[in-house]
Amino acid sequence: MPEGLLIKGGRVLDPASNLDEICDVFIKEGKVRKIARNINLSYSELIDASDKIVIPGLIDMHVHLREPGREDEETIESGSRAAARGGFTTVCCMPNTDPPIDDPSLVKFIYEQAKSKGVVEVLPVATITKNREGEELSPMGRLKEAGAIAFSDDGSWVTNSALMRRALEYVKMLSLPIISHCEDKSLSAEGVMNEGYFSTVNGLAGIPREAEEVAIFRDLALAKMTDSSLHLAHVSTANSVRLIRKAKNTGIKVTAEVTPHHLAISDEGITDFNTNTKVNPPFRGKEDIELLKESLRDNTIDVIATDHAPHTVEEKERDYEEAPFGVIGLETALSLVLREVVEKKVLSLMQAIARLTVNPARILGIDRGEIREEVKANITIFDPGKSWLVREEEFLSQSSNSPFLGWKLPGKVEWTIIGGKVVYRSEK
Amino acid sequence: MNFNRKDLLGIESLTKEEILFILETAKSFREVLDRPIKKVPTLRGKTVVNLFFESSTRTRMSFELAEKRLSADILNFSASTSSSTKGETLLDTARNILAMKVDCFVLRHSTPGTPHLLAKKLPVSIINAGDGAHEHPTQALLDLYTIREKKGKIEGLKIAIVGDIAHSRVARSNIWGMCKLGAKVRVCGPPTLIPPLVEKMGVEVFYSLEDALTGVDIVMMLRIQKERQNKGFLPSNSEYIDFFSLNEEKLNLAQPDVLVMHPGPVNRGIELPARIADGEKSIILDQVTNGVAVRMAVLYLLLAKR
Amino acid sequence: MVRLMNEEDIRRALLRLSHQVLEKGVEVADLIIVGIQRRGVPLAKRMSKIIEEFKGKKPGTGILDITLYRDDLTQIAYQPIVRSTDIPFSIDNKRVVLIDDVLYTGRTVRAAIDVLIDFGRPQKIELAVLVDRGHRELPIRADYVGKNVPTSSEERVEVKVREIDGRDEVLLLKKSEVDI
Repeated sequence: MPEGLLIKGGRVLDPASNLDEICDVFIKEGKVRKIARNINLSYSELIDASDKIVIPGLIDMHVHLREPGREDEETIESGSRAAARGGFTTVCCMPNTDPPIDDPSLVKFIYEQAKSKGVVEVLPVATITKNREGEELSPMGRLKEAGAIAFSDDGSWVTNSALMRRALEYVKMLSLPIISHCEDKSLSAEGVMNEGYFSTVNGLAGIPREAEEVAIFRDLALAKMTDSSLHLAHVSTANSVRLIRKAKNTGIKVTAEVTPHHLAISDEGITDFNTNTKVNPPFRGKEDIELLKESLRDNTIDVIATDHAPHTVEEKERDYEEAPFGVIGLETALSLVLREVVEKKVLSLMQAIARLTVNPARILGIDRGEIREEVKANITIFDPGKSWLVREEEFLSQSSNSPFLGWKLPGKVEWTIIGGKVVYRSEK
Repeated sequence: MNFNRKDLLGIESLTKEEILFILETAKSFREVLDRPIKKVPTLRGKTVVNLFFESSTRTRMSFELAEKRLSADILNFSASTSSSTKGETLLDTARNILAMKVDCFVLRHSTPGTPHLLAKKLPVSIINAGDGAHEHPTQALLDLYTIREKKGKIEGLKIAIVGDIAHSRVARSNIWGMCKLGAKVRVCGPPTLIPPLVEKMGVEVFYSLEDALTGVDIVMMLRIQKERQNKGFLPSNSEYIDFFSLNEEKLNLAQPDVLVMHPGPVNRGIELPARIADGEKSIILDQVTNGVAVRMAVLYLLLAKR
Repeated sequence: MVRLMNEEDIRRALLRLSHQVLEKGVEVADLIIVGIQRRGVPLAKRMSKIIEEFKGKKPGTGILDITLYRDDLTQIAYQPIVRSTDIPFSIDNKRVVLIDDVLYTGRTVRAAIDVLIDFGRPQKIELAVLVDRGHRELPIRADYVGKNVPTSSEERVEVKVREIDGRDEVLLLKKSEVDI
């Protein structure tokens, strides 16, 4: 009885090895065993990938799976199915759950849920501070032993600079990054959208760009001071990009991410108070989008991550001030990257895929994000020629709060494979 | 022309022609208000719900009177009697009332965009009676009506809007309307109360009341909310009065036939002294009278059809 | 298309109608002529002038728009334009003559009577029309008629007046002609 999965005739694209050619990939016992033209080995399963692109399984280092606490919005099960549909094989879930992931038992709970119900690899991020209150450090060492992949108080910035300094110092012995949600809440205050002409026209309180920039400036200073690794979540403004670029040039160990939605929508698009456009940080101006794209080109921003933030219809049917911040992103991310980054010639396809695979893997220090012989076979296959309509009822996420409903997007994920097993297959 | 809209959500989305059509229609209703019987049977059998989530005496009374003069049935729903405190959302509340078969909601709410939310989700007409700092379209229409009535035109007039522009829906709606009709609009207030990039709406920004008033045909004073000083926008109300309160000396910088407007209610002695509010240059009470006619026109244009 | 009346026919009809109104014999001071928007308005003004020339005194002349009193506002797709109503004097205890161009279903006249009654309590309301084409839907008749024209409901009567249309004439059109 032959064994193994043969992916035949696809365009195999692996940023880590700079491979881009039409060839076959043979997988056996969970690992990639051979990458070559016209592999002639016996197999039990065959995928005809002709006219498709075979890439490493995507890695999203910023998602909210809402479990425990808000299982009405998303669960590890539903969120991981959404991830698989989007071509993601590894996701890092943020700890702003209820209770927050600030205890080793909760880290283990996530692993257990993911193992029993999840369909993709779920890596928990634990909090920087106890209960995300910004007052005392979490037990970071024990959280790492339990399996935490990084630390973040996502949703809150650690306002106490001394505490943030200690956190950055402490994680040096753990070799895990701190992910900072940079927002000075005294500046963002009651704001619900980008401060500027469109907040003026809408009569909505604005969130100034400086709320992010002030926070980034401090965190960069502390990263320099401590010589520790800092990762900046969802960077959204032009000046943030300039600050990070300068910091990188002076040797500060900083990495950064941008979301697909911040690349696709500007505050000009907030015209009818659609609460699916309410997101934090808010959609910024066109000039910010330009610089964010430029920052991908010069590697100032290393990673594209979704900040997938599910909310129920009931929550999003509230008014613009009451409705919660956040949009879902897992199922539209690859297509948006193709549309905004590849089609608009910001990056080559190879470079763009790197921002979704090997780059986050390196920041997280995980053995993922590559198609390489003897490495775990996490692989995504998509059809670049197929476009699709974003429809509410087709989301596998439990929520449908996407600003892209009704958009026609390029590139459709056809197969998502983890350890040689197909975990998602698109419907014909 | 046909006024083919389901809702009146703001002035921003109206064309110049639509604004003028509403103002022309309002003239006929203004005449009805001078009849011995100030009531016409036009909206007999229609039910209008005044859904007020923010306290308002004037606007609600003006709408109520307009509805009554058109013979509509009226349902009043205000925040104090509402279930909003019990966790029912705006949309739930409106859907429940709609189930009783009503034809129109007049909505006043503290959050921008709430009328748009109802307009999108409900098949009946929505009239925005003020949504947060966003728009107050009927107020702007009655202001435009009053200016046209007194000055004969709007095009070419120099108009100064003074006060808390940042938090004012009246300012925003008027800026859209006045600019569309060809006025030259100035806004004036302390920089903390001027919203970012407001000049892109087509206005000129002044921090000095004297400069803003020089040569204007119309000055519109906005109501200042007393709580602004607590939120750090102003050092104190008395300092605001020193710099932005209207007086005769400052008014003398305007055209000799300048007219003074205020959306009400006036904080006498803060925005302007009683002498000016009640003086011959004031058209504040004309605004109130015309408000009923303009609201009748809006109700007619939205509801008197299939 | 048939031309039912030309300029001269209309002139003579208005002259006759004016005299008939006066034959009922009240003082001009107690007479009020009210034209129904739109084409009743110029007809009323002309009759008022004829009466003035004959009696040396002009009757009170007003205009009236029935839009707000229509009974079909909930059945039409677009609301009609509201035109002005101007009756700048008391109609209490006066003899009011309503003037319209065509009397057809009677619904306009019904609405006009309701408008008048909201303006006061006239001693009497009468109706004068240039053309009565029949097909009443309400128990209403005209006191003074310029011309009776039997029509089918497929046809349409169009009155043109020079103040609005640049010429005086009355046309009978087939429906197919109207739609062009």
